[in-house]
Parts: sequence; structure tokens; C-alpha cells
Amino acid sequence: MMENSQPKPNIIQPSAPQPKRVSLVTRPRKILRGVLLGLLLITIYSLATLNNANLNLAEAFHSLGVNLSAMFLHPSVGQDSWQLLLRALVTSVSLALLTTLLGALIAFFIAVGAARNLSPAWLATSIKAVMAFIRAIPTILWVLIYSVVMGLGASAAVVGLTFHSVAYLVKAYSESIEETPQDTIEALKASGVGFWPIVFQAILPSIVPALLSWTFIRFEINFANAVAVGAAAGADDIGYFLFMAGSFYFNFHEVGLIVYLLLGVAIILELISMKLRGHYLKQTN
Amino acid sequence: MKTNYHSPQQFFRQRRLRLFTVLVILLGIYFTSMALVNFQTWNSITKIPAGLIWLFHNFIPTERSISSLGQILYQLWRTLLVSISSTVVASLFSLVFAILGAKTTTPNEAVRLIVRFGASLLRNIPVVAWAMILLFSFKQSDFTGFLALFFMTLGYLTRAFTETIEDLDAEKLQALQAVGANYFQCVFCGILPEAASTMTSWVLYMIENNLRDATLVGLLTGTGVGFLFDFYFKSFRYDAAGLIVLLIAVLVIVLELTSTQIRRAIA
Repeated sequence: MMENSQPKPNIIQPSAPQPKRVSLVTRPRKILRGVLLGLLLITIYSLATLNNANLNLAEAFHSLGVNLSAMFLHPSVGQDSWQLLLRALVTSVSLALLTTLLGALIAFFIAVGAARNLSPAWLATSIKAVMAFIRAIPTILWVLIYSVVMGLGASAAVVGLTFHSVAYLVKAYSESIEETPQDTIEALKASGVGFWPIVFQAILPSIVPALLSWTFIRFEINFANAVAVGAAAGADDIGYFLFMAGSFYFNFHEVGLIVYLLLGVAIILELISMKLRGHYLKQTN
Repeated sequence: MKTNYHSPQQFFRQRRLRLFTVLVILLGIYFTSMALVNFQTWNSITKIPAGLIWLFHNFIPTERSISSLGQILYQLWRTLLVSISSTVVASLFSLVFAILGAKTTTPNEAVRLIVRFGASLLRNIPVVAWAMILLFSFKQSDFTGFLALFFMTLGYLTRAFTETIEDLDAEKLQALQAVGANYFQCVFCGILPEAASTMTSWVLYMIENNLRDATLVGLLTGTGVGFLFDFYFKSFRYDAAGLIVLLIAVLVIVLELTSTQIRRAIA
């Protein structure tokens, strides 16, 4: 006879395991949120304390609208002639071309010294530190500083712009050079190839596309800088006319025309850079 | 290049010819622009060492310039604030524009083209022109610099953000759509979290850039540390001007290092 004489069996309840929360908020996410929050707080603080010089904002924006429509809807030559403005525009482009070419040439040789895989570590580090310092000072300050030594005008502008271009390009070039595999250089060294043949026959051909694209980016920057230099340091280019029209004659029609000219150049530059990049990408693939 | 070379000699001859042509073209450009700019290469290059010596002689901050340190630091702080706030405000606007303008999230093609065109327009008007345009309406206030930097940054960041969104994996978006997420869920839960760290690193880059441009804008509009530099520079107080240059360099380098650290931490 089966009798359930045993004490009641323990019923084992299948207990659910302690739920483990998997947080999607990882450490990088937390830092990201912190950074964004910090930036937002700084922004709110600075907007609240912005020195608005007793401006009536509504009025100011209204006058901005009037000026913008004068600029873009009714551009005109103003007190200068077309010939003068176009000549100045050509000067700006030449200034950018000149400083980019000069800067690229100098920067390449310095970059060879600044690349870790070609030169001793102490040399590379010290060159990079000096270049970082030069880069940290805005271009326009370099131009102003040189204008004291050489007098206001083209020479100071060229030297100042070149200075900054060299510092910028050395960084870009040396990073491109460092991407060349160490094996290539070692193999060539082992077979007795000299230093400069390695640079010109092995490294240079393999990094030409990168160099070209960096140089072109710098050319665009230099064009913008050339305009700025004209406005702030009185080199005889389109920036100077822009500055005069904007803050001496208050001729917004002329400012509009100059802005249109600059936009035209910028669009042409972008088209060229697209073509150039397409051409080189096709060749390397 | 699909040209067949018959002999190594021919290959090298071709190569030499091509190199020679490129060199001639570059030299031509160089000399033409030299003539147009009216720049004497040798004359200027020989002056560089003298210039550097002069620089180290006159731009070294002296005890006299320490007295203006307080004012310089205050203006530098203001400039930093303006460059950060203009970037952050611009980034909020460009986030909206980028969502409207990216191929994957655009509501329709016409909006996309308008956003693209507008961003390119804003980007290509030089900051000098912005400063001139705004100076007349907003006078010598921090607001002029803020808006000039704002418009420039808006153009750049809209383009950068658009490209960031377009570079994201399209399959994830399709998966979200397949499970029935609506447009806003796709954007806010699918795209933004994924793109956030890249976008933040663009914002940090623009802050660095804007700090440099803020000096120029300040110079032109008479605000911030740029104006202070101009003031000392034009009144021949080179030691104080040198102190400003030094402090700007230090600030830019510190900012660069900090943002590199942050970028590494959030990657």
C-alpha cells in the first residue's frame, strides 16, 4: 500500500535569478555626456554674460537684413573699378599659390626630419614641438609681426603665410611619411640604398596622393588667409578692398560684389579639388 | 596608366619627361605669381633671420607687461567663451540641418539640396566678410564676433555632420524600420547615439579652429584678445603684444591636448 507517510516534500520553487542590469551607458558614454553637458553650461554662461554694448537686438537684426539684401540683391562696383577689383582678386589667388608652393617645398624637407621612421627620435620630437608652437599662433599674428620687420605689404604677407603653411604641412606630411611600412625602408637600407634615394624613389611616389590632397587643402586655407591678411595687414589684395568697402565707405553693394567674386573662386577651387581627387584615386586603385 | 613600355629605358625617359613637365609648370606658376604679388624671394628670405632675432629681442615679455596680465587674461577668457559658445550653438542648429540634409534621413530631395547649397554658401563666405557685414549692424560688441563665427561654423558643421550621418551603416536603419520604428525613433534612437562621438570630435575641432579665427575677427571688429593685440601692437608695446602671442599659443596647445584626450576617451 502506498501511503504518503513522508512529510510534505519541499517544493523547490524555481527562483528567478537575480536580474542583472546591463547598462548601455558605458564609460565612454558617460564621458561624452559629461563633455557635452560641460560645453552646454559654458555656452549658457557665456551667452548670459555676452557684452552686448546696449544693442537693440531686434533693430540690429533688421539692419542686418537690410544690409544683406543690399549686398546680395544689388551688388555693384562702388568707387573702385572692375579692373581694380579683378586685379586684386588675381593678387589674392597668386598670394595663395605662392605661399602654398613655397610652404610645400620647405615643409617636405622638414617633414623628412620630423618623421619618426626616417630620423632619430629626439630630432623628430623637437621639430614637431616647434611646429606645434608655430601652428598655435594664428596666421594673421605672424603676418603682423613680420610686417614690422619688412614693412607692410606683399613680402610680409608672403613670409607670414608661408610660416604658418610650413608648420601645418610639416605635420600632415610627416604623418603621411610615417604611414610608409617600416619593412620597405629596412629592406632598402639593407640593400645599401642611401638616405635621399630612399626618400625620393620609395617614399615619395607612394605618398603623392596624400601629399597632393593635403597641399590642396592648405591652398584653400591660404586663399581664405590671403583675404584676411589683406583686410588686417594691408597687403594690396581683395581683402583690403573688402575692408575698405565694409568699414570705411560703408558701401554694402561693393561688399556684396566682392563676396560674390570670392564665392566664385571658392566654387572653382572646390571643383578642381574634386577633379584632382577623383583623378588620383582612380590612379591608385 | 595602361601604357605598355617597350624597354626600361623608355619607361624612365617617359617618367623623366613627366617630372620635367610638372616642374616647369610649377616654376611657371611660381614666377608668374611672384611677379603679380610683387614679391622678391631672395630679398625676403635673407631678411628672415634678422626678423627672428628682432622678434626674440622685442617680443619677450618684460616686467612691465606683467602689469597688463590681468586684462589680457580676461580678454583671452572672453575670446575662449565666445569661440566655445558660437560653436555649441552652431552645432545645435547644424544637427537639425544635417538630419534634414543627409541622404539617409532627409524628408525629401528638395530640402536636401537646399540644405547642401546653403551650407556651402555659408562656408565659402570668408570670415572677414562676415565680420565686415556684421560689424555695421552689431557695432563693437561680442555679439559681432559671436555671429561671424556662428555662421562660418554652421556651414562647416552642417557639412561634417551630414557626412557623418551618411557614413553610418544603412542596414541598421533598415533593421529599425523593419521592426516598425517611426521616423523620429529612427533618428533619435538609431542615428544620433551612433554618430554622437564622431560629431563631438568635430565640435571639439571647430572650437580649436574658432579660437584661432576669433583672434582675427577680434582684430577686425575691435573685440576680445585680437583687439588688445592690435592696440598694444600699434602703440609699440611689443612686450605686451608678445605676451599675448605667447598666451594664445599656450591656450591653443592646451585646448588641442585636452580635445585629443577627450577624443581618445569617447572613442
